[in-house]
Amino acid sequence: MLDIQNLHVEVDGKPILKGLDLHVNEGETHAIFGQNGSGKTTLVLTIMGFPRYRVTDGRILFKKKDITDLPVYERARLGIGISFQHPPAIHGVKLKDLVDIAAQHSKRTFKTEEVAETVNIPPDFLTRDVNFGFSGGEVKRTELLQLLAQNPDLVLLDEPDSGVDLENIELVGETINKLLDRDKRSRKRRKAGLIITHAGGILKIVKADRAHVLVDGQIACSGNPGELLTDICELGYEECVKCQR
Amino acid sequence: MSKVDELTKRAEKARGKKAAYGPDIPLESYTSNAPAHKKVQTLKTLPPNYQSQSLGVGIDAKEDERSGSYFQLDTSVVYSKTSAQDVEVLSVTEALDKYDWLKDYWWKTVAVDADKYTAQAALNFSNGYFIRAKAGAKTVLPIQACMFLAQESLSQNVHNIIIAEEGSEMHIISGCRTAEELSHGIHVGVSEFFIKEGAKCSFSMIHNWGPEVAVRPRSGVIIEKDATFINNYVCLKPVKSLQMYPTLRCVGENATALSYSLLYATEGSHMDVGARVILEAERCKADVIARTITNGGEIISRGNLTALHGDVKGHLECRGLMLGDHGRIFAVPELDGAVPDVDMSHEAAVGRIAEEEITYLMTRGLSEDEATSAIVRGFLDVEIKGVPPALQEEMRRAVHTTEGMGL
Repeated sequence: MLDIQNLHVEVDGKPILKGLDLHVNEGETHAIFGQNGSGKTTLVLTIMGFPRYRVTDGRILFKKKDITDLPVYERARLGIGISFQHPPAIHGVKLKDLVDIAAQHSKRTFKTEEVAETVNIPPDFLTRDVNFGFSGGEVKRTELLQLLAQNPDLVLLDEPDSGVDLENIELVGETINKLLDRDKRSRKRRKAGLIITHAGGILKIVKADRAHVLVDGQIACSGNPGELLTDICELGYEECVKCQR
Repeated sequence: MSKVDELTKRAEKARGKKAAYGPDIPLESYTSNAPAHKKVQTLKTLPPNYQSQSLGVGIDAKEDERSGSYFQLDTSVVYSKTSAQDVEVLSVTEALDKYDWLKDYWWKTVAVDADKYTAQAALNFSNGYFIRAKAGAKTVLPIQACMFLAQESLSQNVHNIIIAEEGSEMHIISGCRTAEELSHGIHVGVSEFFIKEGAKCSFSMIHNWGPEVAVRPRSGVIIEKDATFINNYVCLKPVKSLQMYPTLRCVGENATALSYSLLYATEGSHMDVGARVILEAERCKADVIARTITNGGEIISRGNLTALHGDVKGHLECRGLMLGDHGRIFAVPELDGAVPDVDMSHEAAVGRIAEEEITYLMTRGLSEDEATSAIVRGFLDVEIKGVPPALQEEMRRAVHTTEGMGL
């Protein structure tokens, strides 16, 4: 599904990703761990095609197609979706309108109000301007609502549980499981996912297949998510930095 | 000397007087004479292209959901009719003949010698409309009035009087436009509004002029005790030079003035538009809201709140959006408190659409143009308080059709 080869990325002239390789198969969910500034967000925004993130070397293949130079919306239409950590507020654009547009491109019938209820978004919320005055948790749940409408094959989730209150954490986790086909048996899973998480809390609900630790723009090590997380908790990211050296 | 003679004399003196704002327009290059057009029995008998062009400025030839209509083609009033009880729609010439008292309203809110354009309207008068809701008459369906300019190089000089008598309610949609083939012309429009005690009146202007047309509206409004006046102005199509700065006076206690302007200027367009509200009695309120977009044109967005009495409240808001690499938006918000105990504020912001907003929408599958359009549409989608749904719909339609064509 996703094949990243020797990816080098600069942001405003500063190198952030320095030769990153990553392979995610259909039906797989991978977690990405890393310290602040290690390049986690850069990785997902580069996969999505944000113009500020300039690919200086390497390439990104999605469903065997080289998408390295495609604009953002074409990647979205090919089946890549993203949940942002800090999305911008957009004055005058109503949440419902945006959800409906996202659903249109997925070419399926989508009952916005009904699905919104399932992620605890009341109908009156849909008439509000996108992300305007939303709490941290509301932002995350409306991001997921847009992804449910979009129904992407590859789901990029940047810190999907940050700012979510305890009451809703389970709901957020279960919604992600649905988006990633984690509620199906492994052979039936068609969706792939990348979950960026600093603390790893969400992985208690969303069981990732594999995890990678990002250190200074490269993958320092990969393995079982639970084991890696235990190591990080016990030894800290500093150990990963040393380990890479 | 009679009042008429005196007005004429003052106008004569102001013939060459430049306006306080806006580029000077040489009126000598226009004629004030146009061949007379015959009256029509219904708007549906107007030439089809005029009908379709008027539709874009909110004038419905079928008169569906309208309680009255006025149509002026160049200098001729070709149609005026009302279906609402106790609401009159006449040419102002007829009204002046019919009502002797009307002369007391003539040039009462706008000075005849304010500038060369008011002088032009007085000296080379080419009719206008008289719309009046009698005391207590309430009509929710809008009255539509169209000023259509078709004659090449014409200076259309109209003078309108609008009276909402005590306790009445009416909504007027005023559509102005030029025939598509017209290349050179000017519209000079004096409009005087009298909103009497407890009355409510909304006036929504949708303008569609040509890239070589100059426009100089001159409006004055008097709002009495407990009355509300809502002024909406939409100009999203090219215009060579548009300048207006109406004065809304809240003279009675608890009078309310609301003004909303939506402007979109493409390259070659110059718009100098604003509203001035004078709060002259206690508990008067005013909101002056402008949303301006330049895609190469120049916009001067003015707003002035003047408090002459304590215990009043007012807010000015001007937001400007810069599309493309050229163009200018100059926001001039002014607050003038001449007494203590006033509550007035303003906010102004001018800038480009943030790239992250466009990219964000693109992640949901919108192309860059679609994302920009959605943001622009949202920017212009101002909730206008107090106007009926049919009018809201017309305003929205004006925005949506422009957005499709202009971006």
